[in-house]
Amino acid sequence: MKTQTASTRFARNPWVHRREKLIEAVLFLAAFSAVAITLAIVVILFYESLAFFEHVSIFEFLTSTQWSPLFENPQYGILPLVAGTLVTSAVALLVAIPLGSIIAIYLSEFAPHKVREVVKPFLELLASVPTVVYGYFALLVVTPLLQTLMPDLPGFNMLGPGIVIGIMIVPYVSSLSEDAMRAVPMSLREGSYAMGATRFQTAVRVVTPAAISGIIAAYILGMSRAIGETMVVAIAAGQQPNFTFDPTEAAATITAYIVQVALGDLPHGSIGYQSIFAAGLVLFLMTLAFNVLGHMVRTRYRELY
Amino acid sequence: MPDNLSASHKAASIRSRIRRLKFNDYVFSLVGLVCMMLGVVTLLALFTDLLLDGMERLNYEFFTSFPSRRAEHAGILSAWVGTMLVMLVTALVAVPMGVAAAIYLEEYAPSNLLTAIIEINVSNLAGVPSIIYGLLALGLFVYQLGLGQSILTAGLTLGLLILPIVIVATRESLRTIPREIREAAYALGATRWQMIYDHVLPYSRGGILTGVIIGMSRAIGETAPIITIGALTFIAFLPPPPFTPEAPYVSFEWLFAPFTVLPIQMFNWVSRPEEAFLINAAATGVVIIVMTLAMNALAIFLRYRIRKNIKW
Amino acid sequence: MPTPNTQEHTAAPLKAEVKNLSFYYGKVQALKDVSMPITEKQVTALIGPSGCGKSTFLRCFNRMHDLYPGNRYEGEIVLHPDNINIIARQVDPMEVRMRISMVFQKPNPFPKSIYENVAYGLRVRGMRNKHELDEKVEEALRGAALWSEVKDRLKHLAFNLSGGQQQRLCIARALAIDPEIVLFDEPTSALDPIATGSIEALITELKEKVTILIVTHNMQQAARVSDYTAFMYLGDLIEFGDTDKMFINPKRKETEDYITGRFG
Repeated sequence: MKTQTASTRFARNPWVHRREKLIEAVLFLAAFSAVAITLAIVVILFYESLAFFEHVSIFEFLTSTQWSPLFENPQYGILPLVAGTLVTSAVALLVAIPLGSIIAIYLSEFAPHKVREVVKPFLELLASVPTVVYGYFALLVVTPLLQTLMPDLPGFNMLGPGIVIGIMIVPYVSSLSEDAMRAVPMSLREGSYAMGATRFQTAVRVVTPAAISGIIAAYILGMSRAIGETMVVAIAAGQQPNFTFDPTEAAATITAYIVQVALGDLPHGSIGYQSIFAAGLVLFLMTLAFNVLGHMVRTRYRELY
Repeated sequence: MPDNLSASHKAASIRSRIRRLKFNDYVFSLVGLVCMMLGVVTLLALFTDLLLDGMERLNYEFFTSFPSRRAEHAGILSAWVGTMLVMLVTALVAVPMGVAAAIYLEEYAPSNLLTAIIEINVSNLAGVPSIIYGLLALGLFVYQLGLGQSILTAGLTLGLLILPIVIVATRESLRTIPREIREAAYALGATRWQMIYDHVLPYSRGGILTGVIIGMSRAIGETAPIITIGALTFIAFLPPPPFTPEAPYVSFEWLFAPFTVLPIQMFNWVSRPEEAFLINAAATGVVIIVMTLAMNALAIFLRYRIRKNIKW
Repeated sequence: MPTPNTQEHTAAPLKAEVKNLSFYYGKVQALKDVSMPITEKQVTALIGPSGCGKSTFLRCFNRMHDLYPGNRYEGEIVLHPDNINIIARQVDPMEVRMRISMVFQKPNPFPKSIYENVAYGLRVRGMRNKHELDEKVEEALRGAALWSEVKDRLKHLAFNLSGGQQQRLCIARALAIDPEIVLFDEPTSALDPIATGSIEALITELKEKVTILIVTHNMQQAARVSDYTAFMYLGDLIEFGDTDKMFINPKRKETEDYITGRFG
């Protein structure tokens, strides 16, 4: 046996070293996949959309108020789908913003510790119910309920699904808002209470303004969620493109249109097939814009404290 | 400044104002509680409604029959088998990739532009609507790679979809391991990977598991991306079994088989005008909701236990 | 423990009397049977090593401990002239806080304009009259020696002020509501020496109008600004007396050790 000198004992074991490098490379590849997936999404959407725009002018796409790709004389105006998407999302936000904000203020400033521990998991469960089940709920429970109030409401409409999406994103809005409120330092609250303020005054006049950008970010990210929601509108809003801003009418959203085409049997490479990628590109860019905006607003408030 | 007399007068006026303000507090507490109850009650109402609607169909035959044109004979056998197989692929994709990515970002990543780009992409992917993943899968997996409308395609798609969830949860879990533990391992001569594999990973496995379960529960209910890849909705057969009587005893044919999953089956039945199929839809909804709620409850329980047992 | 001699000060009018005050954080007793007088329009300083209970004691005066569950008071803090025990359960903490205001260790201005920070306490009380508010805000800012520095930028965000200015803003905020007592919880510990000097000068000026309690870990500060000093240690009040007398001739060994820096 060879005598080990100090220098060989402390020398780097080349095999161990190589193994470490290999592991790091594999882990890096896994992390880099996030970039690869984004790139793949962008490439696929643009690739198929470009083929689409060889047949349809971008001008028509962006300005025509007709979307009838399956008709004899097809029209490709994205506006009706965008309108449908915005209307359902707006209805959803009208439900989610007040509810979500009140719940956030209550949980962050009012609720005893015990209540918070019990209720928060329930809210999380609300967010975890599959969207197809919410769609069933919108079509068969909420719309009939609304029809008893508004007898003229058609069976397919944007109001019912909008409300249901709103309920769906309440936990999302409330938990993000609550996070923002809880990040407000205790010293500010103590400052307010020391002036003799009540809980409500402290919550509304001190904590909410201090957390306002985080709260607004929660609304924006909630909007992005609502825009991308698919099954609820596909089931309950009707799938007819309809250029309207009236929530009591039936209309298709971008997502519902994609579902409708995917359910049919459009051959690979046809304009109809390509059109869902063009629609998907618009959807992707819309949600991306809201996500980026939301994150920007949120990082700005983090700098405050 | 007040003298003694006006001080007590002031106290009286303050007192009456406080009474009014206290009332506001009380009112808001009630409003908050009502709003929250609205959420909880909605959940319960939804579930009760589904259960009442679907109750009569929830029997043994429902789980062992294929879909049929006759509602009362239709079942979800192919759907739940499909769901299980798709989930298997999803887990095999998302767990190794997600955990590996999280380890890299948390333990290895230098703070440079590339890392920043990766981080931005992870948080961006979490906000991409699920149907966009469906379009990606349709364009890439189904046509470019020629995987077809198969279990493999669906599993890959959902795997990518929940990747950000697994990454974020794993990172959070890794972050809770204190520096002293890492330093102790290094001080004994461990390499970085030994330190991670022997210490960081085992100590954070509860948190990782929680994240994986939440991701899987999200995947189990996802409908839109599966519809987008063009999965058939009427499947009256099972994929080929993974084990065969002859050598080599395992078969991967099932990966390329057409399939359906529970949410698609439910969507299909909801879209039918006949009342009888709505009952099937409700019954399927109950099955899906029980599965997701059970998984989420498990995750919440795990998280609660981890928080209770945490020692550092 | 021996009760400190409180008799010699009763000649001056009292703003409050602390009688056998004990305080518990859950099961942990943080104050043990503390009794002392608070003389009107004088500065009373609370000194002692970290963890001695001086801040806990101070925070009893405006019931800040009520914000957190599991805290418990025993004994009395009697506020004159109404002769009420402000830590009694049936006394509303909010009423106490409207009469006894507080300045915190670290400046904690609200993320609002300078004007709105000072006006906050008044708005909380329901004051809406613009003219009246303007007047009160100016008076408070002058009282906190901040008016000349900020009068041209009242609408600016308070965060843009320097640390010392922020703390004077917090003092103005506390003064705007015409408090009967102002509590200072180590108000200069986050400030540089120059800012500290201006706050100390301010405190000396303020005692013309209002009773002051100040917690400080800085003995020179206690000697400079206070009329009476209480030395606390491990939740006990060890010695209470005239600041001048106590610093020249402490009665108890612990006090002497602490004052001369031989503590521990």
